[in-house]
Amino acid sequence: MAFRKFVKSVLLGIPIGITFLDCVGYVARVDGISMQPALNPDASQTDYVFLSRWAVRTSNVDRGDIVSLISPKDPSQKIIKRIVGLQGDVVSTLGYRHEIVRIPEGHCWVEGDHTGHSLDSNTFGPVAQGLLTARATYIVWPPERWRRLQTELPRRRRPIQIAKSASYYSQ
Amino acid sequence: MVSIFSRVKDIVKYSMMYACMTHCTFEYIGDFVVCNGPSMEPTLHSKNILLTERITTRFHNPRRGDIIIAISPTDPKQYICKRIVGIPGDRIVLKNNTTDTKTEEDALTAAASKKQKLKELQDEYVPRGCIWIEGDNSENSADSRYYGPIPLGLVKSRVVCRLWPIKEMCML
Repeated sequence: MAFRKFVKSVLLGIPIGITFLDCVGYVARVDGISMQPALNPDASQTDYVFLSRWAVRTSNVDRGDIVSLISPKDPSQKIIKRIVGLQGDVVSTLGYRHEIVRIPEGHCWVEGDHTGHSLDSNTFGPVAQGLLTARATYIVWPPERWRRLQTELPRRRRPIQIAKSASYYSQ
Repeated sequence: MVSIFSRVKDIVKYSMMYACMTHCTFEYIGDFVVCNGPSMEPTLHSKNILLTERITTRFHNPRRGDIIIAISPTDPKQYICKRIVGIPGDRIVLKNNTTDTKTEEDALTAAASKKQKLKELQDEYVPRGCIWIEGDNSENSADSRYYGPIPLGLVKSRVVCRLWPIKEMCML
């Protein structure tokens, strides 16, 4: 009888758990060196970050946010990058086809902090905002690295021209 | 007093449970979609209710001819309903606003025979991880001809059948 009760509560608990992970957020390991020095500053230890799903539910992300997104090249892979420009911004690129890009409607420009060692918008161009899955808010592991991830953009990577409002195209 | 409290607790508990189960069903198995707009006519009309499934889209294995629901690449808050015309590796030839899809083998023979012609036309390959989508109503549809191939990650579900109106209920 106790066993049956246990099975029942597990079956009921799974949907609740999944819903929590889908709506609030989850913890994920960061692989690779593309976000150095913000994440994985030391190659020998990997950081674990809390990815907040709640933060992107209305897709109101900001320049400088660290986000996780589905790779536009390979849909089964997730990548973690920093948002450099939003729709309507004009950004200077680092080795993309065009030197200067105006980001099309509904897209954003993402880059890894580790310039030159990152597969980002400089390779595949602007990405659709619909691919964003979550925003990285905290480093949770290892404990000595516990901190909040700041929304910041290096001065040299700011967009050349910032769109006047978020609704640049929807006027 | 205690009975009211426990009753409220029960109601909250059960509504939470059912909300979570509904979320999981709609997110991982399938859901209902109400169509809006003319882009898929004559296959689908406005206010049709569709049953979609999200199981096969998880494998990212698109097939030409499937009707899919995807997040609009131009507005992340909006969903679009289109037909897959080209899968990665296909060659898309745009000719007076109509599209020919060619599989890799077809493309070679066709390219040889129409070498002269193709040069004037817009012509590109669907890149890896992307698909080419189009509405059935090619005169009145904003689709890949306008914004190019879309990443597979935007695809949310595949349309299985139309549920409403009942007279036109069918598999799609």
